Amino acid sequence: MEDIICTIKRDLLLALRRRADVLTVFFFFVVAASLFPLGVGPETALLRSMGAGVIWVSALLAALLSLNRLFAADYADGTLEQMALSPRPLALLALGKALAHWMATGLPLTLIAPLIGVQYGLSGEALETLMIALLLGTPVLSLIGGIGAALTLGLRGGGALLALLVLPLYIPVLVFGAGAVESVTGGLSAEAHFSILGALLLLTLVLAPLATAAALRIALE
Amino acid sequence: MLEAISLQCVRGERELFNNLSFSLGSGQMLLLSGPNGSGKTSLLRLLCGISPPASGEVRWQGESVRSRRGEYCRGMTYLGHHNGVKEELTPLENLRMATAVADIVAGEDTIRAALDRVGLAGYEELPAKQLSQGQKRRVALARLLLARAPLWILDEPLAALDVQAVALVEEVLAAHLAEGGLAVLTTHQPLNVRIDVEIRVG
Repeated sequence: MEDIICTIKRDLLLALRRRADVLTVFFFFVVAASLFPLGVGPETALLRSMGAGVIWVSALLAALLSLNRLFAADYADGTLEQMALSPRPLALLALGKALAHWMATGLPLTLIAPLIGVQYGLSGEALETLMIALLLGTPVLSLIGGIGAALTLGLRGGGALLALLVLPLYIPVLVFGAGAVESVTGGLSAEAHFSILGALLLLTLVLAPLATAAALRIALE
Repeated sequence: MLEAISLQCVRGERELFNNLSFSLGSGQMLLLSGPNGSGKTSLLRLLCGISPPASGEVRWQGESVRSRRGEYCRGMTYLGHHNGVKEELTPLENLRMATAVADIVAGEDTIRAALDRVGLAGYEELPAKQLSQGQKRRVALARLLLARAPLWILDEPLAALDVQAVALVEEVLAAHLAEGGLAVLTTHQPLNVRIDVEIRVG
């Protein structure tokens, strides 16, 4: 447990010192998700049907925006080297970093999402579903993103490659996350969607850190 | 006891060295020399296990370091070209985080004492970005002291250091060796410490 907590603590302290980075991602999400109603016009039925999808896509892009910084600074200043040489398992240190990334990006997005949902005329029940879906889905974005960030570490133009690598992997989260809200607005239960999102979360919690650690070791060689 | 057995290092198409063997016992220092680009840093990274050798093996206490990674990491500290110092954090926070990540038990007082030892008393609470290159190197040296590992692998430890700091490194190294520690290092500057083994790389 200490293996995970030590990097969470460190990265949250760093995020606190580099508040501009965190706020940029947060406001990107808010602005991107708020632009759509302005673009497509104030038609309530249309907005209501596309709301969840737009919020999810904005969350995906916001997560992506901050991913290339996940390991880049540690790589440049040598702290990543020290992590790889720690007796603690690198996979758990990487898991801590991904969780810290989620706390600094995914969690704030989840908390502000209902406010944005209101712009789209989502009902109270739909907003609740949206929040639960985001709570289950955004950690997956950080965990999968960690693999992409580790694979593109040290590459020139890694940012665009990172997007190409990671966005297709985000599709299941997007489909089931937005689907949960749609089924609730359609009068159905979102339980099945939640189960699948939960399963995705558990799967990535176990596998993504291992893949990230392997990619980091290759990047350091 | 550190042993290298016929190590080979290949970078891209080029072979940097082949069939490199040595053995280093308790209290001994190994100096790697050779021109720029001859593979000194590659050898150090290979010894500490960041990159695997193309062929050959590194052994620590008679065991291959690949099979006993956790144990080896506890017994070894590496100081590379990069200091591993976060610009946003103060030296105190840097060392607190670095020791936590490396699973080293070091209290506030121990860390302050280490910073004092490397001549950074009074700079403990200053963000590292306000420190000079040499002062950041001193923070990295403080980490070396806190790790209390028997094996030190140092890549150009004297880079960016002033005369007093070079003397400090010599003093610290001599004390480390006297306590039975091992050190492997590269440097382009003269170093006033007894050298037991010297290997020319390349």
